[in-house]
Amino acid sequence: MKPILELRSLSKAFGGLQVIQDLDLVVGAGQIVTDDDPVVGQGEAVADLDFSLKPGEIVSVIGPNGAGKTTLFNLITGIYEPDSGDILMDGRSIIGLSPEQVSNLGVARTFQTLRVFLNMTVKENVMAAAYGNTKVGMWGSVFRTPSARREEKQISDLAESKLSFFGERLMGYRWDQPAYSLSYANRRRLEIARAMATNPRLLMLDEPAAGMNPAETHEITELIGQLRDDVGYSILVIEHDMHVVEGISDRVIALDHGVKIAEGSFEEVATNPHVIEAYLGAGAAGTK
Amino acid sequence: MTAPDETGIGVDEWVEQSEGRREGHTGFTAPARRLFDKLTPGSRLTLFLLAAATYPFLVRGSDVRIGITILLLAMVALGLNVVVGWAGLLDLGYVAFYGFGAYFYAIVASDQLPAHWPTWIAIPIIVAASALLGALLSLPSRRLVGDYLAIMTLFFAQIFVELVRNFERLPFVPDDLNLTGGPNGIPGVKPFEFFGFEFNGQELLGGTLPTFSRQYYLVLVFLGLLIVGLHNLNDSRTGRAWRALREDTLAAEHMTMPVNRLKLLAFAVGAGIAGLSGALFATVQNGVFPNNFNLFVLIIMYAAVILGGSGSIPGVVLGAVAIAYVPELLRDPTKAGLLFYVGIAVVLFVLVRRWDKIAATVGGVFVLGLVVRFFSSRIWDESILGEVNDTSLSRLLDDWVLNFESQRDVITSYAFVLAIVGVLLVVLATGWWKIAALIPTLYLAILVWENKLVFQPSITRQLLFGAVLVVMMAVRPQGLLGTRRVEIM
Ligand SMILES: Nc1ncnc2c1ncn2[C@@H]1O[C@H](COP(=O)(O)OP(=O)(O)O)[C@@H](O)[C@H]1O
Ligand SMILES: [Mg+2]
Repeated sequence: MKPILELRSLSKAFGGLQVIQDLDLVVGAGQIVTDDDPVVGQGEAVADLDFSLKPGEIVSVIGPNGAGKTTLFNLITGIYEPDSGDILMDGRSIIGLSPEQVSNLGVARTFQTLRVFLNMTVKENVMAAAYGNTKVGMWGSVFRTPSARREEKQISDLAESKLSFFGERLMGYRWDQPAYSLSYANRRRLEIARAMATNPRLLMLDEPAAGMNPAETHEITELIGQLRDDVGYSILVIEHDMHVVEGISDRVIALDHGVKIAEGSFEEVATNPHVIEAYLGAGAAGTK
Repeated sequence: MTAPDETGIGVDEWVEQSEGRREGHTGFTAPARRLFDKLTPGSRLTLFLLAAATYPFLVRGSDVRIGITILLLAMVALGLNVVVGWAGLLDLGYVAFYGFGAYFYAIVASDQLPAHWPTWIAIPIIVAASALLGALLSLPSRRLVGDYLAIMTLFFAQIFVELVRNFERLPFVPDDLNLTGGPNGIPGVKPFEFFGFEFNGQELLGGTLPTFSRQYYLVLVFLGLLIVGLHNLNDSRTGRAWRALREDTLAAEHMTMPVNRLKLLAFAVGAGIAGLSGALFATVQNGVFPNNFNLFVLIIMYAAVILGGSGSIPGVVLGAVAIAYVPELLRDPTKAGLLFYVGIAVVLFVLVRRWDKIAATVGGVFVLGLVVRFFSSRIWDESILGEVNDTSLSRLLDDWVLNFESQRDVITSYAFVLAIVGVLLVVLATGWWKIAALIPTLYLAILVWENKLVFQPSITRQLLFGAVLVVMMAVRPQGLLGTRRVEIM
């Protein structure tokens, strides 16, 4: 069976951008895991990255701020094109596809900088994401044909079931409230529900626990586990909170300056001297 | 990273407050707003149509034309709302599609061409052609957003007017073909006719329903159908995708929505509605002229959408009513006066909000009027003041505010400047001081109004119209029936 997602020596630089501060860390880390010498040019956000994801597993991406984690997500979903390397979904390259095409192949994501549809209701946010899996045309909607009504009901049910995943938090009267009225934690939940409504196989979560209190963080940890166990998604998650990472990860990869410096179980990565060095080198603030 | 910002939006306390606000609308419009919220969209539409249907019976024949103008503006503004209010695309070329539909109809249903298409064939073809044109013109601007899109489309709007004005001078047009009538437009357009049922003829229902009323009901039917169709579309897969696009294009793209196709569709739907409205406009006016489609008309359309509440169907219709009706109201000095005092009342309610203070203000202004009247008769003689010595109650009420016989201009100029100072004080002051500043300010405003502005209808019209818009926007930035918009990351 082919993996859902496979990255092959992926590289991306933002021209003229000088992001790298601790070059020695990058070079030192790069020798450990990659087969070929990583080309660590200045401004490489993701340098020669090599890892793959098997169905139904949770892989966490960790690394200090600016390590290139979000850029990695942006490359996969088609916001940027890589300079070199390949991204395969089910063995087929998805390089050059638009975010819309990638999402229709079954990749859904959330955003680190929350991007809910603020002036739409909570339920509409989720319903909107069913676009790619529904087909009633404009005229069908204008005339409310029987098939349009049927499909609308399905979309509505889908949204309700996705929202019910979060217990009481996004239920009942909340459905009809505008998304801007939600707290930050609830917006993060709403983004996950919205991503689920695209019917993905791969779910990519960018810092799902950011801005949450310890109780909420615990809750979201359980939830991500459930998403894999009950729904069967493969999940790629960026997270700073080491308790979350420890709680959910089947595998962890650590990035620093866009270079994979460690890969393995949580214990292996957490005790890896390069990882510890990367975090301390980048300053304690990054580790939270 | 995601720390709550200063506005507090998104923090739980704010959420609670917001819920509180949702439950009971506050302020003096609360009962009306609550009633409006309770009605289903269907019953709202029924009420609106019923009210609109009685209009021709309430006014004199030619005043029905105002009604037709209002309904047409509502239609075309609803189309603009699809592009701007829902899809969030700043399309400044929109008026060109209105003009395209109108000219198309005028050309195929007049003596410009020997063709003379029947209405029921012309209308669908015009709608389709306008939609197609909308889609085509959106192609080059597909990748543009915001300001760039606005500039590009504004260019289309300008091109259209120039094109119809100078059509016969275009290099590839034969000399004897003057399709658009140039600056003179096309007079003598055939009326709307539906299988022999003429909407401008005299014979309908034994002549009991005058031409204007027939046209009015014709447009009303189209508007009703349009509202239903758009309502359904808004609450559908397509409508949600448009709004998602407006809120966050990148996120919409990540959530399986084909952004470019949706933009194209929004342009096409908007243009189709504009084309339909334009064709109706041509039949109603029996002619088309370049100036019917200039940038001022575009501004009026935008004003209706924004004033009513961008994105809201009832809002846009109400906005169109307000935008088209208020200037008409202001034509007549008595009605303008009425509007002035109603406006003052609204300002009072909005600024003060408490019944005891409102009563104190009104009482204060009245007493101030009497006091000023008393003392001014000691200072000025009758040549300036006119007859003020009669202290009978009816005369007191009649001449409550001074009405100068001479030196009107000088005195009102001073009063005007003082009134401006008063407005500043009102804005700065709080509590009872606000009331104290408000009383002389209101008195001065009324003095200026009664002595000057009623005699200069055209200036007053524009002034008052502008003031009405400013007040409305300040009171409800989201538009009359619009919902609050939040834009933060
Ligand atoms: N579009 C862009 N243009 C220029 N630089 C970028 C862009 N996107 C990301 N970067 C830079 O790439 C580096 C990695 O950023 P990012 O992937 O967001 O890090 P993180 O690991 O914290 O998510 C940062 O230095 C950032 O400034
Ligand atoms: Mg990031």
